[in-house]
Amino acid sequence: MTATAAPAVLDRKGLDALVAALVAQGRTVVGPTVRDGAVVLAELTSADALPFGWGVELEAGRYRLVRREDGAAFAHSAGPQSWKNFLHPPRERLWSADRKPDGEVVFGAEEPADPSYAFLGVRPCDLRAIAIQDRVLTGGRFEDSGYGRRRSGALLIAAECTEPGATCFCVSTGGGPAADPGYDLALTEVVDEHGHRFLVRVGSEEGARLLEQVPHRAADPVTEDTARASVEGARDRMGRSLPPVDLHTLMGSSLDADRWNDVAERCLTCGNCTMVCPTCFCTTTEEVTDLTGDHTERWQRWDSCFDLDFSYLHGGPVRRSARSRYRQWLTHKLSTWHDQFGTSGCVGCGRCIAWCPVGIDITEEVAALKAESETETD
Amino acid sequence: MAPKLAVFKLASCDGCQLTLLDCEDELLALAGEVEIAHFLEATSAVQPGPYDLSLVEGSVTTPSDAERIRQIRAASRHLVTIGACATAGGIQALRNFADVDEFRRTVYAHPEYIETLATSTPVSAHVDVDFELRGCPIDRRQLIEVLTAFLAGRKPDIPDHSVCFECKRRGTVCVTVAHGTPCLGPVTHAGCGALCPAYHRGCFGCFGPSGSVNLPALIPVLRRDGLDDDAVERFLHTFNAPAFDKELGK
Repeated sequence: MTATAAPAVLDRKGLDALVAALVAQGRTVVGPTVRDGAVVLAELTSADALPFGWGVELEAGRYRLVRREDGAAFAHSAGPQSWKNFLHPPRERLWSADRKPDGEVVFGAEEPADPSYAFLGVRPCDLRAIAIQDRVLTGGRFEDSGYGRRRSGALLIAAECTEPGATCFCVSTGGGPAADPGYDLALTEVVDEHGHRFLVRVGSEEGARLLEQVPHRAADPVTEDTARASVEGARDRMGRSLPPVDLHTLMGSSLDADRWNDVAERCLTCGNCTMVCPTCFCTTTEEVTDLTGDHTERWQRWDSCFDLDFSYLHGGPVRRSARSRYRQWLTHKLSTWHDQFGTSGCVGCGRCIAWCPVGIDITEEVAALKAESETETD
Repeated sequence: MAPKLAVFKLASCDGCQLTLLDCEDELLALAGEVEIAHFLEATSAVQPGPYDLSLVEGSVTTPSDAERIRQIRAASRHLVTIGACATAGGIQALRNFADVDEFRRTVYAHPEYIETLATSTPVSAHVDVDFELRGCPIDRRQLIEVLTAFLAGRKPDIPDHSVCFECKRRGTVCVTVAHGTPCLGPVTHAGCGALCPAYHRGCFGCFGPSGSVNLPALIPVLRRDGLDDDAVERFLHTFNAPAFDKELGK
């Protein structure tokens, strides 16, 4: 790797230049910005749109923006969307076909017009979620070609976590607030009496080339130490945790637990948890015909195991009760995901807790299942 | 021969059949595929039945409605009800919770001229219905989908899930979680494209209960967000009141 593989420091102007350089490359830069009372992910045309001075207060079923004195841009927890909204979009046309006047049917190849993305501010939990979706959608026999196309062209700029929320529990899923490999650049935001700046680590040749294009300086010990300390400090400030047990086994042995009835009474089966989850990947397809019947399109759209139609077989849905649908979601996420894809499906971002309208907390549900299993074995 | 399409109305505001006229970009294509045989909102020229597809808006509120819907059913190979009145009784079903005789005496100078039933009921309470399209009013794209599916001989792609699916797919920030706004989205049938939350309003439940509802679980959230018992009842008692009440076991 080049000389710039050593950590560097960007100041505010360096961050501005970074976004400007990406825009100049023709990339669609997506990052956090404030809209409608939340930090959402949206296209950024300059670093000015980042949520400087905004933090969030989270609880189960509750999300509020709060002002921050320090002016930090990346000190907010996971918001209502994740990067899957861009890599694995809610709706995508797969192909179309036309019937010509002579009866011949012509299939139209989908023109790949995907933007070349640069994601700015990917939190470490979300970096792990992207790695999980990579395995699910491109790691097996049946590759989602649209995802693969968008993902291979995407540049990832991580922002390490210095401000976990009350619904965060990544540490107990085996993760943590520091960025794992997989990024092109990783930023750690530092705001102190020496100024507002970003420690930058390089994770790829492309990241190195990008850093070369923007004004930066070699990292000083104070910035490095402060950055390391704030990420380490974040480890100890996770608002929640999953019980330290083998979840693969616990969930597999809890299929008949009474707790599922309890959570089913509270669950709206509205599907929010699956759609905010950065790893939930399920889709369905819809055929869209026009009135003449001469033109048809196949669209892929997000689906959810909370939708009755999701398990519809001949005669009706297999998982009709809320109990069976919640159990399916949580058991797949924490247990059978291991069998299918080699890891857990949960990165501990806490979105399903915060964005559940009735505040169902998966850490609480798992703790209850664990307690119930211990009662039974006593 | 092109299939014959008919549009009928019972007790309703005409908004749902106007939705068909509102399909301006598709009307010519539709007229090319079906013979519009009975549609008084568009033309007084009508042809007798039988009809291949009848769209019916409105609820049954009079003895003559009850008789007419049986005649319409008998003249229709397929009968699709459109809108909250036809599928759930509509706003006029608020009479189901009150004394209709008292209304009649209070409102009309000559109550003896008013012949009405004590309740407003959906068409499905009177005759078999092949498909119910929800909404107050119905969604234009969904109506075109129902007609297109009928022409193609396939099941219409009208998802039965909640409005939350539509909010999340269009990237709308949840008004309940982020703003504390009372919203019926989690218990309401999708179809409108999550219109109100996109404008920072809670869902009013125009499309009635979704196919998978746990309304009792939402009540404490509505209470937390500032609605008292009366306000919760008013929130639920709009276009689909009997359908939501049923979900509460009333």
